[in-house]
Amino acid sequence: MSAVIEGHHDDHHHHGPAKGISRWLFTTNHKDIGSLYLWFSFIMLFIGGAMAMVIRAELFEPGSQIVSPEFYNQMVTNHGLIMVFGVIMPAFVGFANWLVPMQIGAPDMALPRLNNLSFWILPAAFGVLISTFFMEGGAPNFGWTFYAPLSTEYAPPTVTYFIFAVHIMGASSIMGSINVITTILNMRAPGMTLMKMPLFVWTWLITAYLLIAVMPVLAGAVTMMLMDIHFGTSFFKAGGGGDPVLFQHVFWFFGHPEVYIMILPAFGIVSHIIETFSRKPIFGYESMVYAIASIALLSFVVWAHHMFTVGMPIAGELFFMYSTMLIAIPTGVKVFNWLSTMFKGSLTFETPMLFAIAFVALFTIGGLSGIMLAIAPADFQYHDTYFVVAHFHYVLVPGALFSIIAGVYYWLPKWTGYMYDEFMGKTHFWLSFVSVNLTFFPMHFVGLAGMPRRIPDYAMQFADYNMIVSVGAFLFGLSQLLFLYVVLKAIFYGKKATGQVWEGAKGLEWTLDSPPAYHTFETPPNLESGEVKA
Amino acid sequence: MSSIRKSVSKLFLATVGMFLFGFALVPLYDVFCEITGLNGKVTGPTFSEYENIGNREIKIIFTTTNNGDMPWFFDSSKSQMRVKTGEQNLLNYVFTNTTNKPMIAQAIPSVSPGKGAQFFHKTECFCFEQQLLEPGESITVPLKFVIDPDLPKDISSLALGYTLFDITKDLIHKQVSN
Repeated sequence: MSAVIEGHHDDHHHHGPAKGISRWLFTTNHKDIGSLYLWFSFIMLFIGGAMAMVIRAELFEPGSQIVSPEFYNQMVTNHGLIMVFGVIMPAFVGFANWLVPMQIGAPDMALPRLNNLSFWILPAAFGVLISTFFMEGGAPNFGWTFYAPLSTEYAPPTVTYFIFAVHIMGASSIMGSINVITTILNMRAPGMTLMKMPLFVWTWLITAYLLIAVMPVLAGAVTMMLMDIHFGTSFFKAGGGGDPVLFQHVFWFFGHPEVYIMILPAFGIVSHIIETFSRKPIFGYESMVYAIASIALLSFVVWAHHMFTVGMPIAGELFFMYSTMLIAIPTGVKVFNWLSTMFKGSLTFETPMLFAIAFVALFTIGGLSGIMLAIAPADFQYHDTYFVVAHFHYVLVPGALFSIIAGVYYWLPKWTGYMYDEFMGKTHFWLSFVSVNLTFFPMHFVGLAGMPRRIPDYAMQFADYNMIVSVGAFLFGLSQLLFLYVVLKAIFYGKKATGQVWEGAKGLEWTLDSPPAYHTFETPPNLESGEVKA
Repeated sequence: MSSIRKSVSKLFLATVGMFLFGFALVPLYDVFCEITGLNGKVTGPTFSEYENIGNREIKIIFTTTNNGDMPWFFDSSKSQMRVKTGEQNLLNYVFTNTTNKPMIAQAIPSVSPGKGAQFFHKTECFCFEQQLLEPGESITVPLKFVIDPDLPKDISSLALGYTLFDITKDLIHKQVSN
């Protein structure tokens, strides 16, 4: 970071950043807050990753090896919570902070102080969550989906801290989303109509609407839990006339749009990278926008495919099965457009492009296993097995996480002003690519063979595959340390980057210096004159 | 500036609205379950004499389960019956508090298959009562029911399950907070 600060000393800018820690505590600058979000997410990646390593170490061999089953459950729960709410979501908010104002030609976010608040309550939320490990009864152990009554009647006393933490995370996301939407709707440069916006901005606009629609429902669900636990209500208590299945409906009404919240910005990032390194404009821009919008709308009517086995009327099973399969159509449109963008393009394979291509290939594998899971009768076999684990890790790790890594490589020279080491970047890619498949592909097999999720021990016949999975997981974990090294090396010892950075890059952010001045677009670029193009 | 204020207030209202919608899902879900018979939820004691009694014979299976560590003795007088549709039937359930402290319990019914639930009419039942029993006390309560002659043809048997919950702690909690 010091390199970034020093770079600004010769800028003679009248509003330079404050010095020392107060710069970061009190900042209202979208670039600073973007960096804070990204670093926070990076740190949480290693915390959540360490928990994954504990899980894989325990599953390296059958039998109880390293940790107690109780602690194993805490690891599984917190790994999920941290990766979802602490890594993927903040990383995308970080991208939004850095890029949305620069890509639409705005001077900053619309609500800079709210922006500061929405970041700084996030470390507080995760501080509360992680502190439960040091409390009596241990951390939450009921899975990241916290189904009642496991998370109410049978939960450790620390569940109240968990509820509080979820409330704060939700508040942070909602404030961030209000900020993003307000910025995009009101602060675009003259001439930038909605259908001229860069795709990343489009994906975030829709993601932010999704967040505003479902995070309050999650807040409602945990509030009902809180009331059941402490105030004697019976929302989810069968004994008092409530219904535990209701919890699953409320949770997945939030939960399914949530999984698209974690992938839509990834679509935006990957679209930019693929067009840059194909040196062609994205194929089917308008269909991309409509595809994102229809995925978002469909996400509200598919939630019960997560709970096919709770006992639904056959009409319900069929409705949720077909509506889920329908999502494959807009998603297929997107994959088709990415491939068509690359088709006959003059391709080069720098690190961001490698990660983006891997995203397209591996995310599609995750999508295909999603179609398999959508088939209600087949889901009765797959439900709660490692096949589900394989599916959602394929869409979240080589899906969402790879897009974040690709985006970091792509925009790092712009953000810091320094190039990363291409050789090290490619090494990081190939290590990650091989190990991510080694980790998650065999999970399909053990899942189909019947290995259940969330169990610290397993039958002997799964031993070989589990050992392979664990080896892959350790390798993947180590590879991400290399990523940290590459990023730090670029910041401290990297070569100066030009403003354009990539030959084929288009968009307003590339018209700025690398790194951009602390305040950019104090006079909005005019797209109507035709001099600059978005 | 005012356009920003307008966006923010709209979005804030949307947030509050969705928070309330989360709670609205609770009654919506109950209504939905009642209409569809989802989860085997049975409607209350609604009953009128059937003109068309029908002559189908249906097998009814009765199960009783104690939730969690609930120690009471809880059983039905018959484990299964063959009944005619449209006719009133009676059986008894026995509750015994086998512990040495007073306890309050509630039995929650469920009918399966779910789509048969709305055709299972109880004319007298204990399902909405909270039962207080002193140590060692025992009580026998009747259950009267009628099977609707409109029961779909493909259903030839129904199961009525009761799960007994210990709600002593919840009730004490409520009294304290009141």
